[in-house]
Amino acid sequence: MTMLRQRSRREMEVHRFHPLVLILVPLVAIFFQAYLPLRFPSIEILNLPALIVIYFAVSRRSPIAGTLVGLIVGIIQDAVTHLPLGINGIIDCILGYLAASIGVRIDVDNPGTRLIMNFAFILLASILHVLILRRLLGMHELWLGLHEVVRATVNALIGVVLFTLLDRFRQRE
Amino acid sequence: MESFLSRYRNPLVLLIVVLAQMLGLAVQVRRPASGKDNHQTRLIRYWVVSLISPFERAFLFTGHSTAHVWDGYLDLRHVRAENQHLQAELNRMRLEQALLAESARQDLRLQKLLGFQQQYISKTVAAHVIGTSGTDLSRVLYINKGSKDGIRTDMPVITPDGVVGKIRDVFPHTAQVLEINDQTSGLGIILTRTRLRGILRGTTAGQAEIVNILPDERIQPGDEVVTSGGDNIYPRGLVVGRVERIVPDPDQNPYVALVVKPAANLSELDEILVITQTQQTMPSTMQQDVDASEQKAADVLAQRLPGANLTPELGPDGKPLNVSMPPALVKPPAPLHPDRFTPGATPPADDLTPDASYQKQIFAPQTSAATAAPSISASKTARSGSASKAAPSGSASKTAPASSQPAQQPRPAQQSHSPSLSKIGPAHPAHAPAPQSNPPQEPQN
Repeated sequence: MTMLRQRSRREMEVHRFHPLVLILVPLVAIFFQAYLPLRFPSIEILNLPALIVIYFAVSRRSPIAGTLVGLIVGIIQDAVTHLPLGINGIIDCILGYLAASIGVRIDVDNPGTRLIMNFAFILLASILHVLILRRLLGMHELWLGLHEVVRATVNALIGVVLFTLLDRFRQRE
Repeated sequence: MESFLSRYRNPLVLLIVVLAQMLGLAVQVRRPASGKDNHQTRLIRYWVVSLISPFERAFLFTGHSTAHVWDGYLDLRHVRAENQHLQAELNRMRLEQALLAESARQDLRLQKLLGFQQQYISKTVAAHVIGTSGTDLSRVLYINKGSKDGIRTDMPVITPDGVVGKIRDVFPHTAQVLEINDQTSGLGIILTRTRLRGILRGTTAGQAEIVNILPDERIQPGDEVVTSGGDNIYPRGLVVGRVERIVPDPDQNPYVALVVKPAANLSELDEILVITQTQQTMPSTMQQDVDASEQKAADVLAQRLPGANLTPELGPDGKPLNVSMPPALVKPPAPLHPDRFTPGATPPADDLTPDASYQKQIFAPQTSAATAAPSISASKTARSGSASKAAPSGSASKTAPASSQPAQQPRPAQQSHSPSLSKIGPAHPAHAPAPQSNPPQEPQN
């Protein structure tokens, strides 16, 4: 009973971050996302900004904060491409909202949970991407099933490592 | 109402934010046909690029400095052997260039005759690639040169291997390059072997495809693809890539799509060239290069072929003895069936007179000589305007038909000494017979 209560309290913990961390970490993620494919083209399969949105959303456990973090990161991510602004904005908003909502309910500090959660969210991001491009923009975006599963798996694995690193920056209340 | 808002505050915020972005997307999709961003969108992009590109430049500078120190000072093994190899290759390339120069000049002359306007690359700006879009759905690159370096939108971007894309957006110190394999790009191409024209587009998978092509058996994998110049962006003749395979076009049934492997390695670009200026005449630097190449190629050939005496022997008076043999490297092969287009076949118009009686006087005693002499000389005279009326060319051609005895046909160099031609009038200076002291020589191949 005591254990359950402790765990329940831990689940409800809201982690805070230094403002610099909140600003710099997404920017560094977007920078690496834009720069690293020059040297290692296969890194394009990563979606570091989305992983950062998920991490901050589950840590803050506030759906509105998650939505706004997703909005800002997504718009910046779009600004580096030549596609219309808002594609990644919409996707990251939804990811941030859902991640924060889930973060209230389950233990998101467990690596196994993080792995499954990241896999599901990155797969959802791919689905939303295809839907937005096809339905809203009328582009002939193909659904590459196996490729998207591989993408989700790789991102889930990287996400577990990344989240462990980012845990060092959080400040408990 | 208040309780409703407080209860559904979170999803309402999400809904509002998502709807606002959808509206924004709708506005952007309705942008003008020029494809440019509107002011607000461009401002956001400008801020983000200004924020990120300094770090990308710093990383690039650090990486290049390290590589420079390593390559220039530390890793110098095998440099001498590589230098010798490159020198040998340079000599080979000079020979090839000299061989191609004459063809290029002839091509230029023909283009002028046809009024064809060829675009030559006259000015380029070298740039480094400093970043990408970070997603495989947007095939764009960022380079470290912008409007302050003379970069403008829609300028072609190339590498020595082939076409990369075009400038899509320009910032003061950075520019965005849209690659040819992006799904929103398109360029006019032509298949060099079959001369088929088409449009090359990118796909969502990052491939480059030539679309709307009717099935044609002549198209084969491996065919070279070059720019057609019809899009008014890319100069004509730039290498784009090679046809990799032919696939059916699922959207348009009777048509096929040609998957093209780009000549430039688009996934690992480091340095690129932006074509900032083109002109319709061959640039002076290119002309000088061709001339220098011809001279140096002669030196290289002289070293390789000691028997080929390309420098004229000088007489006691200091003048070259062998005036009939200019030290030209490239000589066209002797035609099997010369016609009136063959160089030297037709005397200048100034030397021909319409007086038939005069022509008869000239040609009458030469009939036997023409019969005994090469048939080509007879056929030449027969083909040339008034000469055909004066001389019974049929006799000559019947006596020695050109097509029936190709082995006995003399080379054009010998024909210029045919008595029949020498009597028509003085030959063109370019084909003047050699002095008797210096009999003409066979072209040395």
